[in-house]
Amino acid sequence: MTAVAPARVRKGRGIELVLLLFAVGIVTLAYCNVELAVNDALPPNLLVQVGWLLGVALAFHLVLRWRASYADPILLPLATLLNGLGLVMIHRLDLAHGRDLGSSLALRQLIWTAVSVVVALVVLVVLRDHRVLRRYTWTFGLGGFVLLLLPLAPGIGRAVNGSRIWIGLGPFTFQPGEIAKITLAIFFAAYLVTTRDALSVAGRKVLGLTLPRGRDLGPIVVVWLLSVGVLVFESDLGTSLLFFGIFVAMLYLATERISWIVIGLLLFCVGAYVAYLMFGHVQTRVLLWLHTFSPEALKASDQLAKGIMGMASGGMFGTGLGNGRPDITYFAESDFIFSSFGEELGLIGVFAILMLYVLFVERGLRTALGTRDGFGKLLAAGLSFSVALQCFVVVGGVTRVIPLTGLTLPFLSYGGSSLLANWTLVALLLRISDQARRPEPDPGVRPSSSSEETQVVKLR
Amino acid sequence: MNAPIRRLATVVAALFAALLISTTMIQFVFAKSINARPDNRRTLLSTFGVQRGQILADGKAVAESVPSDDEYKWQRKYTQAELYAHVTGYYSFLYGAGGGLEGSENDLLSGSSDKLFYQRISDLLTGKKPRGASLTTTIDAAAQRAAEEGLGNQRGAAIAIDPRTGAILAMVSHPSYDPNVLASHDIDATVKAWRTLTTDKSQPMVNRTIAGNLYPPGSTFKLVTAAAALSSGKFTPSSVLPGQAVLDLPGTTVGLPNDGHVPCSPTGKVTLTEALRVSCNPAFGQLGMDLGQDAVRAQAAKFGVGDELAVPMRVTPSVFPTGLNEAQLAQSSIGQFDVRMTPLQVAMISAAIANRGVVMKPYLVKSAIVDSELSVVDRAQPERLSEAVTPEVANELKSMMIGVVQGGTGTAAQIPGVEVAGKTGTAETAAGANPDAWFTGFAPANGTPKVAVAVIVEDGGNAGSEAAGGRVAGPIARDIMKAVLGE
Repeated sequence: MTAVAPARVRKGRGIELVLLLFAVGIVTLAYCNVELAVNDALPPNLLVQVGWLLGVALAFHLVLRWRASYADPILLPLATLLNGLGLVMIHRLDLAHGRDLGSSLALRQLIWTAVSVVVALVVLVVLRDHRVLRRYTWTFGLGGFVLLLLPLAPGIGRAVNGSRIWIGLGPFTFQPGEIAKITLAIFFAAYLVTTRDALSVAGRKVLGLTLPRGRDLGPIVVVWLLSVGVLVFESDLGTSLLFFGIFVAMLYLATERISWIVIGLLLFCVGAYVAYLMFGHVQTRVLLWLHTFSPEALKASDQLAKGIMGMASGGMFGTGLGNGRPDITYFAESDFIFSSFGEELGLIGVFAILMLYVLFVERGLRTALGTRDGFGKLLAAGLSFSVALQCFVVVGGVTRVIPLTGLTLPFLSYGGSSLLANWTLVALLLRISDQARRPEPDPGVRPSSSSEETQVVKLR
Repeated sequence: MNAPIRRLATVVAALFAALLISTTMIQFVFAKSINARPDNRRTLLSTFGVQRGQILADGKAVAESVPSDDEYKWQRKYTQAELYAHVTGYYSFLYGAGGGLEGSENDLLSGSSDKLFYQRISDLLTGKKPRGASLTTTIDAAAQRAAEEGLGNQRGAAIAIDPRTGAILAMVSHPSYDPNVLASHDIDATVKAWRTLTTDKSQPMVNRTIAGNLYPPGSTFKLVTAAAALSSGKFTPSSVLPGQAVLDLPGTTVGLPNDGHVPCSPTGKVTLTEALRVSCNPAFGQLGMDLGQDAVRAQAAKFGVGDELAVPMRVTPSVFPTGLNEAQLAQSSIGQFDVRMTPLQVAMISAAIANRGVVMKPYLVKSAIVDSELSVVDRAQPERLSEAVTPEVANELKSMMIGVVQGGTGTAAQIPGVEVAGKTGTAETAAGANPDAWFTGFAPANGTPKVAVAVIVEDGGNAGSEAAGGRVAGPIARDIMKAVLGE
């Protein structure tokens, strides 16, 4: 047996640092662009602000070097760039609405970014191995369902813009659905990895499709009822579609049975159609979607129409940051932030933003491919797919692919709960990717030096 | 589990592909039609949101955009609104830009012109807001004011041009209007004002100097007939023409009477010079018939009749009718029947005679500048349009026109110490209506000509039926010329 030098695995931390600097550079340019366009001058404390952003990014980077040195090097720069661009656009809308420092949404978003990054770092430091999460399978499951249904609770539930997906606690409002996205993904992953064998047992064959056994339909029906409940009682198609979509996707990943997807889609279509027939607010949403510019629809709401006119006015190259009028559209900094970018950065700009999301999801799925344990695979794939699906629901909503719903665009939109959830999601993906990319210690070769030994011990 | 993850990646690709297609549909494929929607406030606001260039007359802004506190960002303001209304035009977010330079130079003023390409690039790089170029007009503020005051409350038009270049020095059309009310951000007020202005029978929004229904030029057209005669070589200023009270016209019983049905001279015969001095109808009617309609029409065309011009506002082409019989030719030769001219065209005839026979292309914009850098984007170059007559014929016509002002129908246009050349006109418009009073001329006639004018006062002005071009329009023309000469 010849001695082969083990291939050196690149950790990628150096690349990450370069990309982070690049991301902060782009955000800085965008920020200067806005200030020059609106105020004809560079922001007065530019260096301080850029310094803070750089500091937060570098802190994250250093924690990764310390606690997850093999983590995927692209995810953090992508999240930083999207978060930073979102901040710039929110700041730009602050300027358009004449909001001062006290009422500035950008400032709040910045504080939430800091809080979210701290939470994400705590997750990274405390959670040394993602498999620990499996111990709390049912806690996460129960927590997720409760969070999802919390807005329906009398007293704390709030309806904003027609959707009852908020809770209010004193001066704070929160979208618990965002957090539920993560806890439920953990629950689904843990639950499915234990029950996958039972769920993939073949049942009857209908039209060439192998159906699961009848008694295994229980979980999907429960999740379906929950989704339909969210759609009907919280009147939020987005959240409903998101949860059901994540569940069906993970169910398919666990069992490799196409039949689950077919059953899931059918169930969703039936649920959505019944809801359409029974509830006026669902019908209004569909009218706005199919006949956005009809007089009846415009009478109900011209928000979608305004968002689309904004995007159209951006055209190919956009008006330039600070030179459009995204403030005409309501919720331009949250639900419609994609339209705001479309208006000011043009088709080219939004293509670039969509590509950032594609890259993010791709890195997440790659992590899932590389992970060695089933739970990690399911969790990483589920979380990545949730980002993709959420982008589809939000952007598809404002560009009339599907009816408009009230979800936020990950990292970009204004909203503390959304930032918190998505940065936590990044922390989980980074944690899983650290294990996916870490070379397995070769049991045949003992490490020769004591320092390497220490390293292995330290990380397990 | 890796195979289904790869399949899931395909689903993700499909989801994002759908988003790429949907955004392309909105921002590229249907962008134009969405932007063109009348309820699209962004389109309105984007045109309103740009700092539009100024329009300057004699160094002073007569139209400018000042910051406004509302969402439109800029308010278009017209200082001396009524005085310059037909030069500036209006800029309304309900009715667009029109009525003058606002309309015809919209690209430059709004900053979207290709001439501003490099400026736009530099604005883009420095993050500056795009802004429009400012226009320096050729207007002489004193001449403009003299024209305005001369016309007073009478309907009509006055225009002055520099014969050597074609630069328009004064452009006044009465009645005028206030473009500020159309530029208002108060939608209801704007709609009301527009309705009033567009239904007003006196058509205040029509620029009578270059457009509208045009006017019969009356006796001012005799300059064209005289030019054709002298150019033909068959006539000289001293050629003798019939000057009886009424010229018999073939095929009619009415004949072509002289003004007041009196002979042009006691002898009933006049020279060409004399005929122009007293504006003798029978002489020019006969002259036209002798020359033939093709010669008269060709001469008119050489002065610019029938040309499509833009100053840069579109000028309605003047008309000399075709297919005339002898009687109609005789009437046309004194500027009646279906001859129709703009005051600008009439001024161009005087200008050509002043400028040794050469017609210069009229223009209103001297240069387009980008205000902050004071860099010139575009500068007008005087352009020859045609040679209407030879310098010799121009000289002969000039002497004849000097005679008109010195001791003919145009004495009211005399300026002490300055040689003035001119021609009056009194044009019959319709049965029962008072005639239009004309005066055209130029000064100084003995040196380098500096100004050529045409003035028309509709419906006899304040003089009613007593109107004669000389008395009504002459003093107005005189005051404009005096203003230009600085007298």
